[in-house]
Amino acid sequence: MVDDRLIIAGHEFKSRLWVGTGKYKDFAETKKAIEASGADVVTVAVRRVNITDRSKENLLDYLDPKKYTILPNTAGCYNVEDAVRYARLARAAGVSDLIKLEVLGDERTLFPDTAGLIEAAKILIKEGFIVLPYTNDDPIVAQKLVDIGCPAVMPLAAPIGSGLGIRNPYNLKILMEMVKVPIIVDAGVGTASDAALAMELGADAVLMNTAIAGAKDPIAMAEAMKYAVYAGRLAYKAGRIPRKLYATASSPIEGML
Amino acid sequence: MAEMIQIQVNGEQRGCRADATVGDVLRELAIKIERVAVELNLEILDRKDFDHRSLKQGDRMEILSFIGGGAEELRH
Repeated sequence: MVDDRLIIAGHEFKSRLWVGTGKYKDFAETKKAIEASGADVVTVAVRRVNITDRSKENLLDYLDPKKYTILPNTAGCYNVEDAVRYARLARAAGVSDLIKLEVLGDERTLFPDTAGLIEAAKILIKEGFIVLPYTNDDPIVAQKLVDIGCPAVMPLAAPIGSGLGIRNPYNLKILMEMVKVPIIVDAGVGTASDAALAMELGADAVLMNTAIAGAKDPIAMAEAMKYAVYAGRLAYKAGRIPRKLYATASSPIEGML
Repeated sequence: MAEMIQIQVNGEQRGCRADATVGDVLRELAIKIERVAVELNLEILDRKDFDHRSLKQGDRMEILSFIGGGAEELRH
C-alpha cells in the first residue's frame, strides 16, 4: 500500500501488524514467524537475566535492532508501583522511551486495572515516556488515557491468549469514532478473520502473540495475519457497502426476455 | 589479596571483591551491557555509572533484560 505508514509520537511504522515474542518453541521459530508476519514492531518483556546458565541464548541476538522497533511491556505487573518500576527498567535497558503499559487487574482474565493504568500512565508521561496503554474497550477510559497524554491506545479484543476475537465490536467501533489517536487492537485475536475485522472496524494496527505462536503452524499463521491485516485495512479505506435488510439486484431488468 | 564481600545478584548470594564495581560483576558474569538494566538497592543505574559504582556488603543487584513475552501467559 502506498504510504499507509502508521505514525505514533514521531515513530513511523510500515506494518500495521505488531507481534509479541512469547510462547514460541525456540528463538529460531520466533525469528521466522516475525519475518513471515512482516511486523516491524515487536513486544518484549523485562525479566532477570539468567546468570546461572550463561550459555542460554538471548532473544535479542535473533532480532535485528535495525529492522525492528523493540516495544518493551510491563507484562506481569498488577500494581502501579511494579508497572512504573518495570517501565523505568525497560527504558534503562533499551533504546527508546516507548513503553507498552500493562497494569493487570486479575490473574484469570488478565483484564487491565484501568484505575491503576491511568495512575501509572500519568507518572510515566511526566517522566517523558511514550506510553501505549493496554486497556479495555471502554471509550471513556480510552479518552482519559488520551487526555493525560497517551499518543495511542491499545484496547483488548478479548482476554489475552483466549483466541476469542473481537468480543464487542460495537464498543470498539464507538471507541474508534470517539477517540482521535491511533488505536491498536491488542489481545484476544484468534485467527485471520479476527485481525481483518479489527482493521475493518477502523483500527490502526493489531497486536497479537498467542494467535501466531500458539497456532499449529506459526509461520503460516504469521503470513496469514500479514494478509489479514492488509486486507482489512484496504477494505476499510475502500469504504464498504451498507448493510441492507432486503436485496438490491445487481443486474438491470431492462433487456430481459 | 582483596577482601571479599557478600552481595545478592538476581536474588542469589554471590561473593565479590570488596573494591568491585557493578561493571566488574557484569564482566565476571559475561553480561554485555547493551540491552541490560541494572538496579542497585532499588536504584536504577545509568549505564555510564556501571564502572563507577562500588559495591558494599549486603548490596542487592538486579540485572534485567528483554525476553520473549507479549503478555503474561496462562498455563493450560
